[in-house]
Amino acid sequence: MELTTWLTDLLDGNLIFTPQTLGYYWDGLVTTSQLVFLSLLAGLVLAIPLAIGRSSRHRWISLPIYVYTYVFRGTPLLIQLYIIYYGVVFVDGIQESIFWPLLREAFYPALIAFTLNTAAYTTEIFRGAIKATSRGEIEAARAYGMSNALTMRRIVLPSAFRRALPAYGNEVIFMLHASAIASVVTLMDLTGAARFVYARFYAPFEAFLFVAAIYLCLTFAILYFFRFLEKRLLAHLKPA
Amino acid sequence: MLDLQGYGPRLIEGAGVTLSLALLSLLLAIVLGLLTASAKMSRNWLLHKFATLYTTVIRGVPDLVLMMLLFFGGQMALNVATDALYDRFGVDWYINLNAFAAGVITIGFIFGAYMGETFRGAFLAVDEGQIEAGRAYGMSDWLVFRRIRFPLMMRHALPGLSNNWMVLLKTTALVSVIGLSDMVRVAAEASRATHEPFVFLIPVALIYLAIASVSELIFARLQKRYNVGFGGH
Repeated sequence: MELTTWLTDLLDGNLIFTPQTLGYYWDGLVTTSQLVFLSLLAGLVLAIPLAIGRSSRHRWISLPIYVYTYVFRGTPLLIQLYIIYYGVVFVDGIQESIFWPLLREAFYPALIAFTLNTAAYTTEIFRGAIKATSRGEIEAARAYGMSNALTMRRIVLPSAFRRALPAYGNEVIFMLHASAIASVVTLMDLTGAARFVYARFYAPFEAFLFVAAIYLCLTFAILYFFRFLEKRLLAHLKPA
Repeated sequence: MLDLQGYGPRLIEGAGVTLSLALLSLLLAIVLGLLTASAKMSRNWLLHKFATLYTTVIRGVPDLVLMMLLFFGGQMALNVATDALYDRFGVDWYINLNAFAAGVITIGFIFGAYMGETFRGAFLAVDEGQIEAGRAYGMSDWLVFRRIRFPLMMRHALPGLSNNWMVLLKTTALVSVIGLSDMVRVAAEASRATHEPFVFLIPVALIYLAIASVSELIFARLQKRYNVGFGGH
């Protein structure tokens, strides 16, 4: 393998960045990606019905959702993670349930906390986008005899998604950065790997600057991906 | 009744740490933000590049990673510097980086980048005619800044400022990870020791919500004040 010899030559004589520590960083990258991707996906799925409910005229639907988003957006993610991570043991009967082998590990409590957190932010982003739908479009749909559900599905949601795109891109980057907190509950994500390398070699600059560079690359990748999406999907809104 | 098992006073102390940490970092962030905004708008090429690098890198890296880099790395850099002082000049001087100071510096440094962007946009939104009018009245640069540019800029900056403050407040929770006894750390310690996480963590969450709600009220009043003369909103 040419790549391996090239890598060995490159790392030759480097005490900190051995193939082994690079392996830790790689595993960390995998964990971080899984955590961020899965929580964003689950959060998105939760946020769509919640955003529709949040825009409802009935207070008994919109108010509980507002309380949920207010609480999750108003408290630090770290507190939410602690409550779920330390609290999950005390849910009645959970230790007998089939989910216990999963919940005992740090990954799933972290995934739940991140999902609930991003769902709250995404709900508010979508609600803003739904509210900004122009009245004319809705009236046109009504005039065509569309039901409320059909109007929502065919008219409101597709245009709301597009309007929400720039804000949602920021939320994705925010989630990537927030996921560093997972290392606090013993998860070996990217930051966890950096903390391990720091503790092992007492080399803060190498350990953290390297991981900061990885996060920076990931951030730019997400940024350009969303720029590309916006260009494709919002092309009709560009001034001629 | 809520039984805090003797952790009550420490939790209150922790809340004090959180609040003073947040307010001091906000102050530092505003100062850094104003400097960054000026650097970004300056005609000096080097200053402009430097400010852009600062805001890009800081906003591209997680807060926690920056905090650890500055806290652990900062101590090491200080040690190297003081060792060199001892070797060269025989000055025996040891500085132990205080966790509170490190927290204020790190959070202020991080949010200075966000504030810089907020202030830059707000300064650009100020009508140049107003500045010229001030000059025509014979006001000095500083007087124009204090009486005209700053108040007009604040009107545009306040929504972003309030948003940054809310995020900053929640970011203070991260200092518990680098060893500062804020209320999150006290609550986490108490949860582990007593095996009653909800008793400690939920009140702390409520304190955060309370601070956020009070801040919202204050910002709403400020917004009203800075909007005087602009009708509505």
